[in-house]
Amino acid sequence: MTQTGLRIYPSKPNKVYFYATCLLDVLDPDGGMAAVELIEREGIEIIWVEKQSCCGQPAYTSGYQDQAKTVALSQIALFPEDHPIVVMSGSCAGMMFKHYPSLFADDPRLHARAQAFSERVYEFSEFLLRVCRATLQDKGEPTSVVLHTSCSGRREMGIHVSSQALLAQLNNVEIKNAAYETECCGFGGSFALRHADISQAMVEDKATHLSQSSAKQLVSADWGCLANINGHLAYRGEAASFQGKHLASFLWQRTADERGEQ
Amino acid sequence: MSVQHYQAKQFKSQAREALADQQLRDNFRGAMDYLQQKRKDAFNDPDELAQLRLHAENIRQRCLAKLPELLEQLERHCEANGIKVHWAEDAAQAQQLIAGLIQQAGGQKVVKGKSMVTEEIALNQHLESLGIECVESDMGEYIVQLAEETPSHIIMPAIHKNKQQVADIFQQHIKDFNYTLSVDKLIQTGREVLRSKFQQADVGISGVNFAVAETGTLCLVENEGNGRMTTTVPPLHIAVTGIEKVVEFLSDVPPLFSILTRSATGQHITTYFNMISGPRRAPERDGPQQVHLVLLDNGRSQAYADEALRKTLQCIRCGACMNHCPVYTRVGGHAYGTTYPGPIGKIISPHLQGLANTSDLVTASSLCGACEEVCPVNIPIPSLLQRLRRDAKLPTEAGQPSLKGQASAASVVEHTAWRAWAWLSTHSAIYNVCTSLVLSLAKFIPIPMGAWTRCRGKPALAEQSFHQAMKQRQQQANKQPISQSADQSSASNKGSN
Ligand code: SF4
Repeated sequence: MTQTGLRIYPSKPNKVYFYATCLLDVLDPDGGMAAVELIEREGIEIIWVEKQSCCGQPAYTSGYQDQAKTVALSQIALFPEDHPIVVMSGSCAGMMFKHYPSLFADDPRLHARAQAFSERVYEFSEFLLRVCRATLQDKGEPTSVVLHTSCSGRREMGIHVSSQALLAQLNNVEIKNAAYETECCGFGGSFALRHADISQAMVEDKATHLSQSSAKQLVSADWGCLANINGHLAYRGEAASFQGKHLASFLWQRTADERGEQ
Repeated sequence: MSVQHYQAKQFKSQAREALADQQLRDNFRGAMDYLQQKRKDAFNDPDELAQLRLHAENIRQRCLAKLPELLEQLERHCEANGIKVHWAEDAAQAQQLIAGLIQQAGGQKVVKGKSMVTEEIALNQHLESLGIECVESDMGEYIVQLAEETPSHIIMPAIHKNKQQVADIFQQHIKDFNYTLSVDKLIQTGREVLRSKFQQADVGISGVNFAVAETGTLCLVENEGNGRMTTTVPPLHIAVTGIEKVVEFLSDVPPLFSILTRSATGQHITTYFNMISGPRRAPERDGPQQVHLVLLDNGRSQAYADEALRKTLQCIRCGACMNHCPVYTRVGGHAYGTTYPGPIGKIISPHLQGLANTSDLVTASSLCGACEEVCPVNIPIPSLLQRLRRDAKLPTEAGQPSLKGQASAASVVEHTAWRAWAWLSTHSAIYNVCTSLVLSLAKFIPIPMGAWTRCRGKPALAEQSFHQAMKQRQQQANKQPISQSADQSSASNKGSN
């Protein structure tokens, strides 16, 4: 069962903080922009805090708790108002939602602060579906899609459910399932470098299963997995035919009006 | 006979070898797929499963919270039943103790039921060095023993072998073996050999699944009947268990037993469930004349002493975590070089062997959480791994007790790098300059990415960061507050009709 299974969602807010995450920042600004547009279309104002950097997960999973705490506190301080914080990656959202409070378990004051912060954290697809209750109008040609969700996003935030539900709203998009859908792609942050051989075996299998799904498009709501899987697809020479994009980009492309027809 | 030795310290090279062995990988993938499906079928109601897990977790936590008391109670009640209880602090003490009991009884031939804790103390090798024959009586264990290997799974020791490989091993080691690939015939062959071993044995050694403090009863879960033979035919029975296996009440056993077998093999119940409550009593005509119980610590009290790490000891050794682990599925059990492989191995072995030997194990996880998702007693394996990663690297805080091998993986370079990273991540102006610098220079600098690019293209960095794009967007919006901004992004058009 996911942590968010029992979450009570607020009604649609007027404003939200937007948390891009470090990977999306350098790898996929378009995906971020698509998400901004999708949220604005719901009548919500985006607050962009320029000082944001990274959620601290890399240090945390590498065993550098103190550094993770420093970064976590600095990020918490950047979002003082009571607005929801929309996070563009399931695993970063999981970090901020589940692990921020536990990082400060032994300090009641900081723990309370982290807890209050984490309660405002929503992963992008979760926010769009459950808080905005968005209904999407598919305007694209028939196509098919396969979804990959990060393990932490899936198990800590339950975002496979919300991502899937959003995709299911698109009338002209057939959702394909890949074999071993719930299995890890082998990224795992520093795991991919420390245990490169094992990681390689995992990403090879994941890429194979995804491309065997025969979907035309691969989407994910996590850039960690996407960088890993896309990187391997490119290495195999499948970059031109099959590459993953952020869920937000796909949703925006399917639902935005034709360019210039406003 | 010398058992082939894998070591936790050599995890990386052992994993590499395993990955290169396609037959091994196919065997594991097939077996793990099968076991995953079996578990899934056994738990088809998610709500019921959640309740059962919570119940099992509560039992284990209650029992662990009173562990010292329960162990004493167990000792009292066992002794009252005629079971002699012994305590062993480490592997060497346990070896000597058990060998001493065998020698006292003049034992020469031992049969052993499947017991991971005797693997942990390398009992076979020790007995062999004393000239005592010790034959494994579980079919999987027997195959592995003939092959001079260690088990590669805690429930199915020979799961890494297919029938062809088993037939080859029998061909080599069993006289008059009629070569066959029929699984039934192979098992029959093994059983015939073992039957005579039971008849000749002076001593039977077994593990314990649950030791009941309330009644002084030792419970043993098994499918082949070899456990029953081992514990009833020879005149001397020695049971060996880790101290964490004690439960408080007899009524704690059924829920744990049921969730154990369903998690492990998808069985609702096993063929045999033995409850041993003492040696043969007059006028009984069978059963051992003496029963001994060896309680082994071997590092468990270190895990016990820490509230978070204590959860490690909740384990009921079902193996579900390894059956669902993407790393275990690909490298198999031997690569770990530990008695307990897979996720549970990664969190318990540091207590048994120290962090210095196991620091590669605690990092060998993508923290995907599949293990935690299936663990019947809700052990938070990924969080415990993270905790151990930290302890492997950082010195203890003043006044805190330290773990065996703590700080053994500390690296000044790595530590400095993470400090620099934390500094950068909390100084946004410089952070942003750095990312934009990387993006603008990426075209010109060949970034060496070693391990990453061995099987991946270089990540395609964006022309400008999201930070830059957002800043630009905001500036434009300020300039043209009413009309739509027309930036170059593909996502620039609002879907307003
Ligand atoms: S850690 Fe959990 S899943 Fe793994 S063997 Fe122990 S009880 Fe079973």
